Amino acid sequence: MKDFLQLMGSTTATPVGLEAYLIVAAALFVLGLTACIARRNAIGILIGIELMLNAAVLNFMAFWRFQGSPLDGPAALAGPVMGIFIIVLAACEAAVALAVLLNLYFNFGTVEVDMVHEMKE
Amino acid sequence: MLNEIELLAQIIFLLPVAAFTVLALCHHRLPGHGDLTATSVLGTSLVLSVAVFLAALHAPDNILVNISFPWLAAGEASILSGGILVDKLTAVMLVVVTLVSFLVHLFSVKYMEGDARYGRYYCGLLLFTASMLGLVLANNMLYLFIFWELVGLSSYVLIGHWFEKKCAADAAIKAFITTRIGDIGMLIGILICYVETGSLEFSEIFAAVHTGVLTGSLRTLAGLGIFFGAMGKSAQFPLHVWLPDAMEGPTPVSALIHAATMVAAGVYLTGRMLPIFDSPTLLAIAYVGGFTALFAATIALVQDDIKKVLAYSTVSQLGYMTLALGVGGYAAGLFHLTTHAFFKAGLFLGAGAVIYAMHHEQSMSKYGGLWRKMPKTTACYLLSTLALIGFPGFSGFWSKDAILADVLEFSLERGHYFLPLAGFVTVMLTAFYMFRQFFLTFTGEPRSKHAYEQAHDVPWQMLGPLVILAILSLTGGGFGHWFEEMNPKRNALEQIQDFARAGVQTPLVQEARFKSAAPRAKDLTPAARKTERVLTKHAESSGELRHFAHQTAMILSTALALAGMALAWLMYFQRKTGKVAFEPGRLVEWCPNIHRVLLHKYYLDELYRTLFILPLRRLSSFSALFDRGVIDSLVNAFGYAGRIGALAAEALDRLVVDGLLVLGLARASSACGERCRALQTGYIRQYLLFTLVAVVFLSVVLVYLL
Amino acid sequence: MAATETAGWLGANLSFWAITILVLVSAAFTVYARSIIQAAYSLFFTLLGMAGFYVLLGSGFLAIAQVIIYIGGILVLIMFGVLLTDRPIAAQTSSLKWTYAAASLGTGLLLVNVFIRIILSADWQPASALGEPREAIAELGHVLLGSQLLSLELAGLTLLLCLIGAAYLVRRREQ
Repeated sequence: MKDFLQLMGSTTATPVGLEAYLIVAAALFVLGLTACIARRNAIGILIGIELMLNAAVLNFMAFWRFQGSPLDGPAALAGPVMGIFIIVLAACEAAVALAVLLNLYFNFGTVEVDMVHEMKE
Repeated sequence: MLNEIELLAQIIFLLPVAAFTVLALCHHRLPGHGDLTATSVLGTSLVLSVAVFLAALHAPDNILVNISFPWLAAGEASILSGGILVDKLTAVMLVVVTLVSFLVHLFSVKYMEGDARYGRYYCGLLLFTASMLGLVLANNMLYLFIFWELVGLSSYVLIGHWFEKKCAADAAIKAFITTRIGDIGMLIGILICYVETGSLEFSEIFAAVHTGVLTGSLRTLAGLGIFFGAMGKSAQFPLHVWLPDAMEGPTPVSALIHAATMVAAGVYLTGRMLPIFDSPTLLAIAYVGGFTALFAATIALVQDDIKKVLAYSTVSQLGYMTLALGVGGYAAGLFHLTTHAFFKAGLFLGAGAVIYAMHHEQSMSKYGGLWRKMPKTTACYLLSTLALIGFPGFSGFWSKDAILADVLEFSLERGHYFLPLAGFVTVMLTAFYMFRQFFLTFTGEPRSKHAYEQAHDVPWQMLGPLVILAILSLTGGGFGHWFEEMNPKRNALEQIQDFARAGVQTPLVQEARFKSAAPRAKDLTPAARKTERVLTKHAESSGELRHFAHQTAMILSTALALAGMALAWLMYFQRKTGKVAFEPGRLVEWCPNIHRVLLHKYYLDELYRTLFILPLRRLSSFSALFDRGVIDSLVNAFGYAGRIGALAAEALDRLVVDGLLVLGLARASSACGERCRALQTGYIRQYLLFTLVAVVFLSVVLVYLL
Repeated sequence: MAATETAGWLGANLSFWAITILVLVSAAFTVYARSIIQAAYSLFFTLLGMAGFYVLLGSGFLAIAQVIIYIGGILVLIMFGVLLTDRPIAAQTSSLKWTYAAASLGTGLLLVNVFIRIILSADWQPASALGEPREAIAELGHVLLGSQLLSLELAGLTLLLCLIGAAYLVRRREQ
């Protein structure tokens, strides 16, 4: 327990370390996954995916900050660069997903995924 | 020089890939649906392949290019690499594949003219060619396996080209599934190699075999597994059943895939992996090959469909190649692969020309007398037929003779008299059924007047490939010595140790050993020198044996081929009176049972149906019943239990501080109980939840319990 | 010297904890909120907290990008989606499937537990000098337009294609 607290930065002698960020990211990821599973609404699922993407960015950033050499070498600025790419792809995904959702809404009058089962036998 | 070859090899492979991509995306925009694009691209690949071949011809080493590059890195421990290998075998295969493919592309321009899915057809051909080139260029099992599957996929697409016909669609599925059964064995073999040696590259696997890393029963198992894959692709008994059915595809496809290249991939694989097979495996390979050769030839005797005869003939010839590899005749087997590619592609394209001229009539009982209408095709067909039966001087004669000599020598040394017996009987059967086909198709009186009247010789796009292949059938025998040189054998010391250790001995290993061993005598340890002296003595007698085997095989096979021809002449060549010397019907009356069994292909399809397919169906319906009856009530019981648990948990919930977790688990079990009644709900969230549960379960096991 | 450093870490650690609480609580609310519009609002705080993390980790640029693109773009887009597709409040059923929420929470907690176990047991090789990596935006630009140029172009192309595709999907169809 004491080690854990130390890792979490409760003693002010050390900064919050890699592990703390990773754990927060893991929790965030699982929350996003939960949203994907538990939400009926397709937009809720989309939100869950955004949470998971954010967790991934946080992981990238934490590794970049605490592992290796952050500013030079082949992995220079890898964290922010990956973050930017992920954000861009999240934007793409959100745009396409919402376009699909609107179509879904026009065709079925709902975005609840359980109601859409036209291809089910 | 070598870098140029590396570059050439990549271009040879990438050209069809690029052409495939272009055609797949926009064949309907290209003139003629891209047929000429495809053909010219293949022509370019052919020219480049010939360049590689010529370079390999004069190269001092067997291996010209062997490069690897990291392909898939998963952590640092396991890196899968890709790579290109160009050795003499690859160079030959490149020429064979591009040549036959080019000719088939050209031939198809007319043959498939007006087809509803003309562009798709060319896409399939290009994909196939690209995959086949990738297969022969691969330097590791992973790439080989990937392209192996791609080859199977494109074969599936092309067999089922006319998928409106139910039999074509069924044949495609049958081909795919049967070869997949073989591929499972192959995958097992590959995985054993990987686990044992930590690499998938051919050179490293062979090195591991020599250093004894991969040895014992695992080596046998890996070898058998890989050969099982080869059996599927090369249509060896008992996995041969798909090849005759695959004749439902367009005839040029049969020529390309099911005669010249894809089915040869299995033989190629066996040849490539030869060092991995130990003595019992090689013996098994030889027996499978010998039996298949004889077995398929007997079926071919009675078939009526012109393509079916050729199909069974292909199975039989592939059996020869496998037999050769099994007795250690590396050179002979791959030599026959090459010559067979030429004359069998010629025969199939010839059959295609006949079918084209007869308006897609494939039954030989409707043919007859066609030589008057299509003399050029007849001449080409005759040349290819003579090559196939091993008529002296033709390419097939040299390659088949090499095989038979190897088999005879093997058997004189080590027994197993079934193998040469099967080989020689098959020679006679081959000559008989091929000339039966030739006489029925091209000579005598036309049996279908109407079709005969309209028959005509074929246009140049179809005749050109026939002529080229006929010339190659005539002259292809000149390459024989070339194959002798490219043995993938190791240095002399290792071989002798290998021999001393395992007692493995095949004629070719032996020969290779003594060619290279002499100058290195001083490198050898005393023990090895002693072994060598014994072996040298043995080799002298073995040299005589080899000479004897060669002579005998040559004389015997020629005599048997001539006898088969004569028999076919007696039974199927119509004299001027319109009669044959010996009515085949009388033979059928004499032994109707044998005829019936042969006509039904030994009832193997029926056997498989009763043995595998019907029980599987019964098992499926039984398990469905079981599922509904037993499992569902169990699940319901669990569901109720879960509900009771959930109720209890809800009561507990107020008392326990950590209520949420308990409630969650109770609810989850309740939900699972409810949901398990019908697992297949189509709700993605449910699948996601199951995945999550499985992941958690596995990671809990991995993290806490292991 | 040592005292100021300690004080510096104290500030950073406190902010970390504050942001962690903000992010996790708002994320939990995002997941378990009854109505989807509440979830979308709550997502705002999560995203903002993430931007705070990025600042702590030394990349102000990414934090700004997060605020502008994620909050200004994606979140607004999601809200539009909610508003365009939501039915009247009266007609709404809960947007949450409770059985699934409970089940996934149970297994999710287990999974987090496993993750924590893995993270804590791993032998991380920390950076040689744990300084304060301050990325210069100019350097980021050099990286993006230098070694990462191809990825950048591909990302841009993907974005363009997705926008075209999205526009195509929601276009007014002729009857």
